[in-house]
Amino acid sequence: MEQPNSNYINDLSGDNQEFKARLIKILKKELPEEIELYFLQMKNKDLLLAAQAVHKLKHKISILGLEKSYYIAEEYENNLNGSIIILQIEFEAILRIMQKFVDCL
Amino acid sequence: MNCIIIDDEEMARAIIGQMIDNQPDLKLIQEFPNAIEAIKFLNHIQVDLIFLDIHMPDFTGFDFIQSLKNPPKVILVTSDKNFAIEAFGYECILDYLVKPITEDRFIKAIQKAYALNKEVQIKPKSTTDLNLKEFYVNIDRRLIKIEFSKVNIVEAKGDYIYIKTENKNYVVHSTLKKIEEKLPKDLFLKVHRSFIINTKKIIDIEDNSVLIAKDVIPVSRANRPELMKRLNLL
Repeated sequence: MEQPNSNYINDLSGDNQEFKARLIKILKKELPEEIELYFLQMKNKDLLLAAQAVHKLKHKISILGLEKSYYIAEEYENNLNGSIIILQIEFEAILRIMQKFVDCL
Repeated sequence: MNCIIIDDEEMARAIIGQMIDNQPDLKLIQEFPNAIEAIKFLNHIQVDLIFLDIHMPDFTGFDFIQSLKNPPKVILVTSDKNFAIEAFGYECILDYLVKPITEDRFIKAIQKAYALNKEVQIKPKSTTDLNLKEFYVNIDRRLIKIEFSKVNIVEAKGDYIYIKTENKNYVVHSTLKKIEEKLPKDLFLKVHRSFIINTKKIIDIEDNSVLIAKDVIPVSRANRPELMKRLNLL
């Protein structure tokens, strides 16, 4: 399975370690919040709101260099907007991998 | 150019904010996690450019633009490529950045804003912008440094200007117009067709003249209102 990386964060930060630390801090705070929101909407079976949560998570997916996963998320978002939950398992696996990676940053 | 960021994602605001910081001609004056707060802000403050997310809870970026009577220039920032066509329907939208944004792409987008706001690129930086404290004059093939704060008045006399400072006077072959361009506008004011004064050096003002050091400088009727504006009048 595709693995996350910090390439974008490193490229963006360059030598600015303070900015890099800030981005990581935000990532550590925001990612679990966004994941929690997604699971809450799924639990409530509000698929349109779940699609919005997936949409927001797409930025984090791309920040972590998960190019293929981004397309899975995009398709899953479209599915949810059409009240279909196909790709749920794949998407949630991506979330787990991301969270694990971010926890180690 | 003054700009604001509207994005519900802190990560996006941090990234765009940093890219703005890297641009000397852009100044981030505020960032907002939602459009409603930005609308309230824009009722009081005018901005040149907005970095705007499309997907936000309750109020989308497009809703936001439609709510403004005269929207400033907007650069859309979104994770969704599908809104590009809709974006072309808005005259105020200059560009469309897809997250994650790269610095190169960001610069291309703001170049469009600079092109519209030509003054930023074409107008030479004023002396104040450059944060200079002095200027140089050419006298007898020597470049002599004169500090702005030491200048009392500049007087035009034929093809020459007299620069009177606290300690010394200089005669330079130049025009009042040329030196006016070099002097910081917050400190100096042309009060007469032949005189520029350092407003910090005014001792008193009487009718149509000001006293600076021992010199009484005439103030023309046309320039008097601007002079009065500069005074911290009780």
